[in-house]
Amino acid sequence: MLDHRQISVLLGTLALALWPLVTGNFGVDLVAKTMIYAIVALSLELLVGTTGLVCFGQAAFFGLAGYAAVKLSPEGASASLWWLLPASMAVAAAYALFMGALSLRTRGVYFIMVTLAFAQMAYYVVHDTPLGGGTDGIYLYVKPVLALGNVTLLDLERPLTMYYVILGCLVAVFAALALLARSRFGRALAGIKANEQRMRAAGYSTYPYKLAAFAISGAIAGVGGFLFAVKDGFVNPELLSWHLSGAVLIMIILGGLGHLRGAVLGAFAFALLQELFKSEAIFGPFAKHWLLGLGLTIIASVAWLPHGLIGIADTWQRRARRAAVVGVS
Amino acid sequence: MSEPVLRARELTRRFGGLVAVDRVSLELHRGSVHAVIGTNGAGKSTLINVLAGELPASSGSVQLRGHDVTRWPQPRRARAGIGRSYQRTTLFTQFSVLENCRLSAQAHHQKPWQVWRRAATCPVALPAARDAAARAGLSDVLDTPAFALSHGQRRQLEIAMCLATAPQVLLLDEPLAGMGAEETDRMLALLAELKSGHAIALVEHDMDAVFRIADVITVMVNGAVLASGPPHAVRSNPEVQAAYLGEAA
Repeated sequence: MLDHRQISVLLGTLALALWPLVTGNFGVDLVAKTMIYAIVALSLELLVGTTGLVCFGQAAFFGLAGYAAVKLSPEGASASLWWLLPASMAVAAAYALFMGALSLRTRGVYFIMVTLAFAQMAYYVVHDTPLGGGTDGIYLYVKPVLALGNVTLLDLERPLTMYYVILGCLVAVFAALALLARSRFGRALAGIKANEQRMRAAGYSTYPYKLAAFAISGAIAGVGGFLFAVKDGFVNPELLSWHLSGAVLIMIILGGLGHLRGAVLGAFAFALLQELFKSEAIFGPFAKHWLLGLGLTIIASVAWLPHGLIGIADTWQRRARRAAVVGVS
Repeated sequence: MSEPVLRARELTRRFGGLVAVDRVSLELHRGSVHAVIGTNGAGKSTLINVLAGELPASSGSVQLRGHDVTRWPQPRRARAGIGRSYQRTTLFTQFSVLENCRLSAQAHHQKPWQVWRRAATCPVALPAARDAAARAGLSDVLDTPAFALSHGQRRQLEIAMCLATAPQVLLLDEPLAGMGAEETDRMLALLAELKSGHAIALVEHDMDAVFRIADVITVMVNGAVLASGPPHAVRSNPEVQAAYLGEAA
């Protein structure tokens, strides 16, 4: 028997699968991009929501995987998805391992700042060196293909194929993280978030656990970076900027920390708010100040919804129960 | 007497110029409760922290069943058999009683790479967790979140979490703190039951309880051992009476 969480996930997946049938190119492209950010939000949820590590450098993993996808692709020919995706993920995971190995020696605000510093370091490497093509970035002229022998299984040049590949990746990442959360590894991470001192006293060496979480998170963010590079056909330093790290952090807070569904919901809510405040049809000339509206809305959401959007249902249920009790008495 | 399970020799811990633990030697034996008493700031909790590996010793050594564990970090010592409870209740408050114990029991069977297996149905950790909770008298509240427990039950859960790790040594830092008379009796009965299978170090301020349960008492003053021996010898020691017990003796 499915519970309400599983039903909501299935309905959400179904809605995303049917979305291209009821919308045009803009809608498909917008949701595809949002699903990529949802993957990155899920990767950060593993660190912040599950393990309690507030990382402010997630964009580095995202961007480096994107750059890896472009740089590793042969010029004028398509690379095979079989190896290009794992290679891009490996680059992101390797940088996450490097970042985690050093930043996990610090705590609290110092940890946040060190992760930010690592991300900025990567940003300036691609921004200021010929390696990353400077501010213009670099283009991916031929997209990778998934082939078996001479048979092409997936042609990513087709937007609809790309959309469903992204959806498939989102579902796979979600399922993998749900499985992880129920495993001994996942419970140990939850224990570290709840009380690291007690975990060490029980016999857990917490550092390797946190480092592994960092590497997995980096690899998942790498999936997002890879998909972004392939979908749009170019990468630039903005993919590694702190703005993106901040936006992803806002997504998971908006959706509700500690819930995989919250991370996905937060990514969609963020994209929706962004489009809403950018709309000149609704806000007229004020639309160019969309960041102000977005910021104020996020502040209000955090203030009134401390458990995020995912907590709304719980809050309503609690209120209904309280009202029922008052009614009875 | 049997070989000590845990032996500390000339254990010292300094914080800058402050000597919190000053050349303390003690032995913990299976079947014996070794109480450590002293005024606030005497160094009792620091001693427990150094024995557990939470703080490194500045000098001296700690041996567990004859192995030198002085340089071992806390998790390794815990896996080797040193369990501890804290002065301030330290639980996974959002988790159920069973999950608190199961997570502790899992420390001996971590296998983090088995990500496809559900932790909640682990055939090794789950029975160990149920057993530990039962021994601590928490069988009736297995599904209750830790934050919803009474103070006494929380202290019991601390002990249950220690037991779930199958320790040979229990380092208990003020397990009776804040308890009423009934809860204290229950906890002392539990400790008396655990004594047969464990070497227990008990840091405690409740002198009545200490003299009821302890087989050996060490009195600390300013980080150093003032006296150590059986309760009757410590009770009649004039130095101890003057420094600590006073009228209570």
